[in-house]
Amino acid sequence: MESFDYLFFIEVLTGGLLSGVMYSLVAIGFVLIYKTSGVLNFAQGALLLFAALTFVSLVERGMPFYLALVLTFAIMVLLGIGIERAVLRPLVNKPPITLFMATLGLSYVVEGTAQLLWGTQVHALELGIEDVPFEFYGVFISQFDLFASAVAALMVIGLTLFFRYTRIGLTFRAVADDQFAALAVGLRLPRIWATVWATSGLVALVAGLLWGARSGVQFSLSLVVLKALPVLVLGGFDSIAGAIIGGLLIGASEKLAEVYIGEYFGGGIEGWFAYAIALVFLLIRPSGLFGQKLVERV
Amino acid sequence: MAAITSQPVVSVKFPGWIAPLVILVFAFGIVPFIGSSYLIEALLLPFLALSLAGVGLNLLTGYAGQVSLGSAAFMAVGAFAAFNFNLRVEGLPLLVSIALAGGIAAAVGIVFGLPSLRLRGFYLAVSTLAAQFFVQWALTKFGWFSNDNPSGVIDAPKLTIAGIDFDSSTGRYYFALIVVTALTLFAWRVASSQTGRNFIAIRDNETAARIIGVPVLRTKLLAFALSSFIIGVAGALWAFAYLRTVEPAGFNLDRSFQILFIVIIGGLATIRGAFLGAALMVVFPVVLSRLGSFLLGDLFDSGVLDMSQRIVIGALIIAFLILEPDGLAALGRRLTGRFKRSMPEPVG
Amino acid sequence: MVNAHYTVLDETSAVREYSPLPVSSLSSRSVANVDSNALSRPPILAVAGITLSFGGVTAIANVDLAVQPGEIRAVIGPNGAGKSSLINVISGQYRPDAGNVSLNGKTYKELPAQKAARLGIARTFQNLALFKGLTVLENAMTGLTFQRRSTFIGQAFGLPRARREEREARERALQIIDFLHLGHVHDRLAGSLPYGLQKRVELARALAPDPQILLLDEPMAGMTATEKQEMVGFVRAARDDYGTTIILIEHDIGVVMGLSDRIAVLDHGRKIADGTPAEVRADQAVIDAYLGVAREDHEEADV
Repeated sequence: MESFDYLFFIEVLTGGLLSGVMYSLVAIGFVLIYKTSGVLNFAQGALLLFAALTFVSLVERGMPFYLALVLTFAIMVLLGIGIERAVLRPLVNKPPITLFMATLGLSYVVEGTAQLLWGTQVHALELGIEDVPFEFYGVFISQFDLFASAVAALMVIGLTLFFRYTRIGLTFRAVADDQFAALAVGLRLPRIWATVWATSGLVALVAGLLWGARSGVQFSLSLVVLKALPVLVLGGFDSIAGAIIGGLLIGASEKLAEVYIGEYFGGGIEGWFAYAIALVFLLIRPSGLFGQKLVERV
Repeated sequence: MAAITSQPVVSVKFPGWIAPLVILVFAFGIVPFIGSSYLIEALLLPFLALSLAGVGLNLLTGYAGQVSLGSAAFMAVGAFAAFNFNLRVEGLPLLVSIALAGGIAAAVGIVFGLPSLRLRGFYLAVSTLAAQFFVQWALTKFGWFSNDNPSGVIDAPKLTIAGIDFDSSTGRYYFALIVVTALTLFAWRVASSQTGRNFIAIRDNETAARIIGVPVLRTKLLAFALSSFIIGVAGALWAFAYLRTVEPAGFNLDRSFQILFIVIIGGLATIRGAFLGAALMVVFPVVLSRLGSFLLGDLFDSGVLDMSQRIVIGALIIAFLILEPDGLAALGRRLTGRFKRSMPEPVG
Repeated sequence: MVNAHYTVLDETSAVREYSPLPVSSLSSRSVANVDSNALSRPPILAVAGITLSFGGVTAIANVDLAVQPGEIRAVIGPNGAGKSSLINVISGQYRPDAGNVSLNGKTYKELPAQKAARLGIARTFQNLALFKGLTVLENAMTGLTFQRRSTFIGQAFGLPRARREEREARERALQIIDFLHLGHVHDRLAGSLPYGLQKRVELARALAPDPQILLLDEPMAGMTATEKQEMVGFVRAARDDYGTTIILIEHDIGVVMGLSDRIAVLDHGRKIADGTPAEVRADQAVIDAYLGVAREDHEEADV
């Protein structure tokens, strides 16, 4: 019996956890919108792609880094507001599954527009961080992954503080809790939703840049949404903490499974393993780890 | 006391079976003679296969309200199972292979439908994605399914039924048409029966349905089974009659979305909706491509076409959901002035 | 009394009139002549010691309720008193933390919701649980689905048993629809009807299988005075004609006083009174909690 290679295990685990952080980043964008409007925005991945493509194309045309960043953010905010007004507001009283299908259509529109505008080639995205692994007690960790995690952590802290302690954050939570009550108290829902979508656009921008730097900016970027769904299922659709923990869990178990049990399946199980875990979990706890239990009132 | 008089909303209308009959006569008797090989190969065959898939998905998502994002996976199961039955079992008639393949798809459908007993809405949709990814992976990974073809590709066998060769383009058209007609009729009969009403009951209010005694478990699994059977056969048609050569990648997530879009645009919970939606899906890329090269000339290359297609389809989905959530079927109904939903004649 | 006549143009273009609902007629079940003497007969339904809480909030605390066969039993009380929860326990949707439910002498710790129909329990819902995508007739027919033996294959291929069951279900459903004066809308989509009619469709669906016990959760909520009158007539006729035992939650005190044989009053999850309308009206605890000052000279909507 060969001795268990602990170092390798920790390396895989760490890599998985860091990868999971990236998933969480995407999932948080979903949670924001779901928390405040009950919509599961399938187009989040497309928005990620749009943000990354816009930024990279601006930079390639000679625009300085920070200007491109600001401009892209502005575009994302406008896009978010436009989506809220054109797609979501007309559907405001429809059942959630209708809204979900609308976001499905929306993802097609955004993906198509992004690539129509900026082309379909792959772009490289440079953020200035070298992807050089450094050693930490014998374990190799990717420098880039660490940077991404730091950014994600900052973002999460920022958002949490925002929700807890600012006025707008409070109104977000009020709207998430009970839309009619929020209306009754005089909160202006359209403005709030526009702000939510703008914030979500910002999250999409950050996530898009990080993902784009990691794996290149191309169409498949929008498919990260498919990785975020199991994370949301595990962590609950309306919990930021859940998105983080869910992301870490999925990232870690995915990598570990690929390495340690992948061989029995002939490899490549990373594609569906996350879903398998999510499914098993759902059957035990149909509303996820942190999600709110849906009580049906008749 | 008040005497309330109510007028019937529709005064004169043709019996409900006239329109389908006319269509069938046209489809069987006239189209093969006026249709070119291109029309059949490029438009009619995919239309038939996609329509059937739409009929199947509609039973599950439109009538029974269980959202499925993995329909292409069941098409793939049907295609590959039919291929394997036909290849490996000596002397098995082609139609039997396809029927058995549908059965396999139904079994897989039941397995992936089990979560519906605990999950609703988004959660269920996510679990159907599991089917999509898993099936695609399995069919690519395990060479046995494609008879050890290195890229997982399978070739359709010669279409011979009872000694008659259906391999020409007209032959394949008739083959597909017969299968689609038969299964659509079956689906319509199920939808009009108490089983179909049970589906709708579960969709509209599962809690109430349970209390009044609708067997919820059994009904949900039945919806998955029937739906997957039909979608599986549609997959076999797609592979055998239309493309003739398929690989797992052809049954990807985009295909699943395509079928979902067909039923949304066509009209959820209607049988004819699948056909209307599929017609739109098949015809519009052709129209768009012609229009595009006409308007933009050289600028309109295949990349632009692909992206424009994506945009238009997405926009159509959103437009339909906002403006006409009951799809083309409802639009059509409005145009012909039939407002009353009438129950089919009782069988007894 | 409901005396409305409806004129309907049905498929054969004949003018049809609904006859006024019979005041009394033969029925297959014996109608209990309910006064305090009859209370000695065994109850058709009894719940004992029911306690139910949701995440720390006690909805029902140690409630007993006995219902005589053929009686119209009301459960009233302020909002949040636990009335709907009690009904949900009886129909099997909630499992009580303590206590049991007895039906026809058999005791259940927990009544499985899926079996409710087979045990002869039917109900309507506070928030209208109609099948909006089905017509009125189809809604009523679906109330009978649990009696069917035919499979989907039989139904699809039109086998004899399936056809017979379909025919019988349709006849029975039309009977109930006629009884509830819904014939003129029988093939309209339930979701397209006005609210008052929708409530009646739900009643039709519940009555279709001729249940022993009918649970009505605020059947008159949101109705106009005329609609309420009609509904009261239908509820009473259901008991008189079909012998159905009825348990009713309702906020309109006038309706409750006029319609029910006995009333149970809940407050904060406890039963604070139980008796005839006259007794409950005069009960001080009830007045304090719910009714306010007793008015002797001014009755509400006398039905």
